[in-house]
Amino acid sequence: MTAPASLRLLRVGHAYFGRTVLDRVDLAVGASEVVALVGPSGCGKSTLVHIAAGVVEPLRGTVRHSYRRHAMVFQEPRLLPWASARDNIAYPLRIAGVRRAERLARAEAAAERASFDAVDLDKYPVELSGGMRQRVAIARALAVDPDFIFFDEPFTALDVALKRRMQDLVIEASRASRFAALFVTHDLIEAARIAHRIVVLDANGDGIAGERPLPGEPGRRDDRDVFETVQRFLRDDPLFRHIHDVDERKLA
Amino acid sequence: MHAALDRLGRSCRFLWAAWSGLAALGLLAALWQVGHEVYGDFILPAPLATVQAAVAALSRPDTWDIALLTSLRALKGFVAAGLAGGLVGLVAGYSPATLRLARPLVTVLLGVPPIAWIVLAMIWFGSTDGTVAVTILVAAAPVVFVGVAEGVMSRDRGLDAMARAFGASAWKRLTTLSLRHVAAHLFPALVLALGVAFKVAVMAELLANVGGIGGELARSRANLDVAGALAWVLIAVAALISVEYGVLHPVRAEVERWRAAAQPWGVKR
Repeated sequence: MTAPASLRLLRVGHAYFGRTVLDRVDLAVGASEVVALVGPSGCGKSTLVHIAAGVVEPLRGTVRHSYRRHAMVFQEPRLLPWASARDNIAYPLRIAGVRRAERLARAEAAAERASFDAVDLDKYPVELSGGMRQRVAIARALAVDPDFIFFDEPFTALDVALKRRMQDLVIEASRASRFAALFVTHDLIEAARIAHRIVVLDANGDGIAGERPLPGEPGRRDDRDVFETVQRFLRDDPLFRHIHDVDERKLA
Repeated sequence: MHAALDRLGRSCRFLWAAWSGLAALGLLAALWQVGHEVYGDFILPAPLATVQAAVAALSRPDTWDIALLTSLRALKGFVAAGLAGGLVGLVAGYSPATLRLARPLVTVLLGVPPIAWIVLAMIWFGSTDGTVAVTILVAAAPVVFVGVAEGVMSRDRGLDAMARAFGASAWKRLTTLSLRHVAAHLFPALVLALGVAFKVAVMAELLANVGGIGGELARSRANLDVAGALAWVLIAVAALISVEYGVLHPVRAEVERWRAAAQPWGVKR
């Protein structure tokens, strides 16, 4: 990417209670580029994306961005239990001070883009299934009309079929709205379907271990390509050797 | 239109639930009747006679003034206790140091019996409204404080992080997330505090001799008028019930609508 980066992390480092979880991480995401951030469990991917989204202050380094507005989708839907789906989708607009009538109209439009059925808009999160809740979370992110979206392992808790449909939804939305995204996942198939480029975080969070461009455009790759790409990575590429290592003690 | 119908349905369900309340009161009246038949008219007048005495009392205009005087005192103290306990509870919920300092103080405040506060307040303020208000404040504020502090501490930090990710300021997060969450813990505490406020108001009136229902109770005692005393108790309880079910519970039902949505068919309460 030669275009100016939409998001740039410069030598970012972080520690929890003196234990360093991230160090010297440099990362750039171009405009309209979807970057998948992968790495073994507990290597600090989540912390990194929280830092990039401004939820966590980094201990070292800086975050620079040139995008206009960002949004975020979390691993859990994180919906307000007391608000209807409609009000949940409109919540970021409420924070931004948009008038009620306008934000509800925009929430409805966002729900439609996330293929969330309009008849369910007045339901509370407790009345929705897991997949529908995550759809609400995606619609909430789309509602602010972002040009950058952070995804923090958003589909890990969903079953395989649902996961696929959600991935298609994200691919579709990113093509239509041309937003850039940093997509954290530990599922290489997911990364290979959604992203333009895969970035691998070091197993100990000590910088970026490496990156691989993905051939073709997201949404235009067929399943065989995706499968073969992932197989090739896992079999031949030393970069992905530790991707499935799990140190459960480090999972906070 | 749909929302209005929904509201009407919820209101009807709320009113319909009054039958079970009436059944419980009927049960109490039955036990009372048994007591009356065992111990006689002087110790325990019949419930029907008491209700008749209360109705007769309520037909006099000064009874309403007296009941209103006590209710207003109780509500004044209740509002003061709610504000004081709520604000300190909010601060304590966010600041662990304040909470650690406040916890033992709450234990001390709750440990001192209200009757002792009445005596102290009478010495400090004399036989005035201030005595009643201060006693209610001291007795009811800790309850609200604990409820609010617990509410703030048990807030969902995931939601906080979500709001931060969407650029919410600390103030926005407080008003749109924390206060809403605290409300769930606040209402049970408020119901309890309201009961305490009425009880303490009557007690303080009786001891401080400042009129109101407490004053009338003192007079009934002096005249050994058991039916009159019970009638005043009935009026005090009716005042509490009308405030609790007329104001607190409808507000709570409005705020907690989503909980009702979570309940399956047939067990809506």
